[in-house]
Amino acid sequence: MIHVINPGLLTTIQDLGRVGFAHLGLSPAGAADSLSFRIANLLLGNDANTPAFEMTLLGPTLQFETAALIAISGSRTSTSLPINEPFPVTAGTRITTGSLLDGARAYLAIRGGLAVPRIMNSCSTFLPAGIGGLKGRALKKGDQIAPGKQTVGRVCKPELAGVASLQLRHGPIRVTAALQCDWFSQETIDRFQQQVFMVRDDSNRSGLRLQGEPISPAQRRELLTEGIALGAVQIPRDGQPIILFVDQQTTGGYPKIANVVAADIWRVGQLRPRDEVRFSFVKIPEAIELLRRQEQALRAAFFP
Amino acid sequence: MLIAPASDSSLFIGLGNEISLDAHRQVIALFHAIQKIQDARIRNLHPAYASLLIDFDPFRLTHEELESIVAPLLSRPLPPRPEPAPVLEIPVCYDGDFAPDLTSVAHHTSLSGEQVIALHSGGDYFVYFVGFSPGFAYLGGVPRQLQVPRLASPRKHVSAGSVGLAGEQTGIYPHDSPGGWQLIGRTPLRMFVPSADPPSRLQLGDRVRFRRITRDEFDRLANEQGSLHDSRH
Repeated sequence: MIHVINPGLLTTIQDLGRVGFAHLGLSPAGAADSLSFRIANLLLGNDANTPAFEMTLLGPTLQFETAALIAISGSRTSTSLPINEPFPVTAGTRITTGSLLDGARAYLAIRGGLAVPRIMNSCSTFLPAGIGGLKGRALKKGDQIAPGKQTVGRVCKPELAGVASLQLRHGPIRVTAALQCDWFSQETIDRFQQQVFMVRDDSNRSGLRLQGEPISPAQRRELLTEGIALGAVQIPRDGQPIILFVDQQTTGGYPKIANVVAADIWRVGQLRPRDEVRFSFVKIPEAIELLRRQEQALRAAFFP
Repeated sequence: MLIAPASDSSLFIGLGNEISLDAHRQVIALFHAIQKIQDARIRNLHPAYASLLIDFDPFRLTHEELESIVAPLLSRPLPPRPEPAPVLEIPVCYDGDFAPDLTSVAHHTSLSGEQVIALHSGGDYFVYFVGFSPGFAYLGGVPRQLQVPRLASPRKHVSAGSVGLAGEQTGIYPHDSPGGWQLIGRTPLRMFVPSADPPSRLQLGDRVRFRRITRDEFDRLANEQGSLHDSRH
């Protein structure tokens, strides 16, 4: 068993998400930084979609009843645990992760995964409706989670510099034009792209709320409620953008100016309250190219 | 019609700019046609009043390829009459604290509380789509006399099962959540049960009728639902 001595601020069990139920109102949930999540699993020889712990800003303290091989990826931790490097824990070891230093999230994966039920094809915790993970909720003090017995491959020794370069988060977040982009004047679009937004404290896995110079459509128009893509940047009445994220609503009626490219969604998962955010528009072929290059680099690091 | 990328991994199919039964029938037909082809490269379908958003795997499909898959489905003629879906009955208790906005709805519509209840439970509704949150069905068919605005300021907490009115829509909150609809009753039924198949009690295209129940019946049904709740995990 893995005993939760201290749950941290918000620690949940995640995988790569619950796909195929948007028509029932269910967003995919899953790891907020799916890149770091996959890296943590691949390091251990796990399948990339093996359930692991997602910690937020302040991580948990866990006690391992039996020996295990674990790996952490994502933000560095204040307790200087190895990052992107599998390490063994002996029976009875307590792992204290402490606060996260340079990003909002880190993943603690265990070789063999975690023994939690699959609900609607996924082990992800979807907090707004209490579905999946451990009883549909974040970890609490006193919880016990059994390590998983998923089949594993050999432990990977990737080229660490290659992995670290994948997780660099410099420069603006790339976006493509969204469906209502033409509701906004060119001047407004330029201002959206030039200004620095700040991540508000009330951001969460459903949406990242940003603060900046208000952005408004050229005319006030009503939008008929329609489907929303992951990473849509919607502009509500007050003009403060919201990036809709992994636990997002599946439909909505606010205009969307932009959409975060698939290759940068993971970076949204590392944004902390008060972080600065900038956006840069790219065309769809470039967005796809960014995604392909990212995937190639990940494969090159792990499966040279 | 509008077919356009919504993101680098999704395609938007717009079938109109207003809530209409015609657009609704087209959405249902397209949704079922795409579900039927079972293309693993298509990950998620987001139907809405007059549109369908298709989320796909950008490593295996392009917008152009998806458009060429969807185009023939769109050009198919609609069935002459929509398949008459069976009417699903949703028990609702319209009493007391389950109906905090009943008085204001009655006031706004110049009806008595009893008349509001009789109207709401007297007609058939249909599910335009399920969206926003798990199991939240957007129900159309609200009689004109019952159409009321949203609350000026949304409630921070609306209990699961609450039945609300907003404009030409009525709906049931499947989970405890914030909400701005005017609440006139509550159902003891759980609207979304992950272990059930399908997990959502209401589906796109379903027909729905509300049946008025007493507080005693509510409590009895809620108890039966309670055991369902426990078997969730």
